[in-house]
Amino acid sequence: MANVVNIILVAVILLNFYVLGTSRLGACVQAVALQGALLSLLPPLVNGWSIHGLGLAGGAFLLKGLIIPWLLLRAIRQLRIKREIEPRIGYIPTLVLGTVTTAAAFIFGDQLPLLPAHLHSMIIPTSLATLAAGFLMLITRRKAITQVLGYLIFENGIFVFGILLAEAMPLMVEAGVLLDMLVAIFVMGIVMNHINREFSSSIDTDHLNLLRE
Amino acid sequence: MLTHLLAHLLLLFVLPPLLAGVIARTKAVIAGRRGAPLLQLYFDLWKLFRKGMVISSTTTWVFRAGPVIGLAVPVLASLFIPMGGIRAPISFAGDLILFVYLFGLARFFTVLAALDTGSSFEGMGAAREVTFSCLAEPTIFVIFIVLARISGSFSLDPMLDSLQNHIAHPEAGVPLLLAGVCLFVVLLAENCRIPFDDPNTHLELTMIHEVMVLDHSGPDLALILYGAAMKFLVMGAVLVSFIMPPHPASWFMETAAFTSGLLLLAVVVGLVESAMARLRLIRVPQLLVGTSLLSIFALVLLLR
Repeated sequence: MANVVNIILVAVILLNFYVLGTSRLGACVQAVALQGALLSLLPPLVNGWSIHGLGLAGGAFLLKGLIIPWLLLRAIRQLRIKREIEPRIGYIPTLVLGTVTTAAAFIFGDQLPLLPAHLHSMIIPTSLATLAAGFLMLITRRKAITQVLGYLIFENGIFVFGILLAEAMPLMVEAGVLLDMLVAIFVMGIVMNHINREFSSSIDTDHLNLLRE
Repeated sequence: MLTHLLAHLLLLFVLPPLLAGVIARTKAVIAGRRGAPLLQLYFDLWKLFRKGMVISSTTTWVFRAGPVIGLAVPVLASLFIPMGGIRAPISFAGDLILFVYLFGLARFFTVLAALDTGSSFEGMGAAREVTFSCLAEPTIFVIFIVLARISGSFSLDPMLDSLQNHIAHPEAGVPLLLAGVCLFVVLLAENCRIPFDDPNTHLELTMIHEVMVLDHSGPDLALILYGAAMKFLVMGAVLVSFIMPPHPASWFMETAAFTSGLLLLAVVVGLVESAMARLRLIRVPQLLVGTSLLSIFALVLLLR
């Protein structure tokens, strides 16, 4: 069981790298969707089969794996954009930064005073690495849609962290978090539409810097 | 011992053109063609060795040295790696560095031979070749560090002993898998296969390796083709050795399994070539740096 979990976590980190290194938006959204779907397998695998765990997994799978990617792909189709043209930091430097933060996450994760049961699991380092990858996406990309993806990866990192606490966390809290995320994606979708309408077929957030009195 | 050495040399000298034939045949079958015979490269080599050659009067001895070293290096380098059940004929601590830089030497002379002709096309190819190989080199070294860490040895022969690695270190599965993927990409880059370079094209502006050998003809060209096929075998042998599942059997059976592993690798390369287009030149460094980072990640996973 621990082996399957580890393989899923490694796949999650590889997907982080993939998203950081690719410029095609459709592929990015699909990778984030796959990441979310993989993560939704984790609660039952780590904590055993229970109604609670299955509920968590099912909710996460529906939202992260299906509904949100569908919304984003629809947005991409409507806005007719295919690529992130000019990130603030290029793809290779972002990838290098991603590797550095991942290595740092592994080193830092081993220094933390954890419960003996979690001491050498990959869950904490993966969570930290995914958080860092989400931050990098948010910082380095210009387009609103890639920033939304960064936010999603960030949330995936928090979800990995939450798996350790799944026993203690009531289902309502997790459901609330997922719902919040869905609402946030909606709001960002509306923002994207507005940017697109105001600045004629562009969702570059840099335009927003010019909105001054 | 002597039989092992003879078997090693037999594999090394006889198998490479067949691998090239298998790649070509796989591509032909996928494309719906009948394709050249599997043994085409043997015929080509035989034909080329009987031909005369034309040597430009602007060139020096360096031009002739390129192909010879291009063939000698894979032969030398193969002596440090095991082939299935056959242990490496020569083995000492640190031979992995010699292994990598032997190929560096071959590349250096190929590039010099290309520059020696004074053709600007060949200079362009040489520049590309050097750029891409210096990006691929870190990956190879990090992969070797991963293998050295798993096997606890700095010599290629024990490092590539899959039996020892898999059974003694079950936790190293994921790093080994990542290292295998990285090495496969480097293998494609170093052997000028498709996502990096198209071995069939003769369109000067896009090619890398082929453009450097444009001026070679006859026996020299045969040496280059043979050396390139042999290089594919040697690098493929490294990949197959540590990816192959452990199989305690007689050395003969193990070598047979290893040979079929190499043939399988050739089929996989053919499939990749059929499925992918060439990358734009600007994307190649991105992919190679990505592979280096992936191999570093494998090392991080292993070290924790």
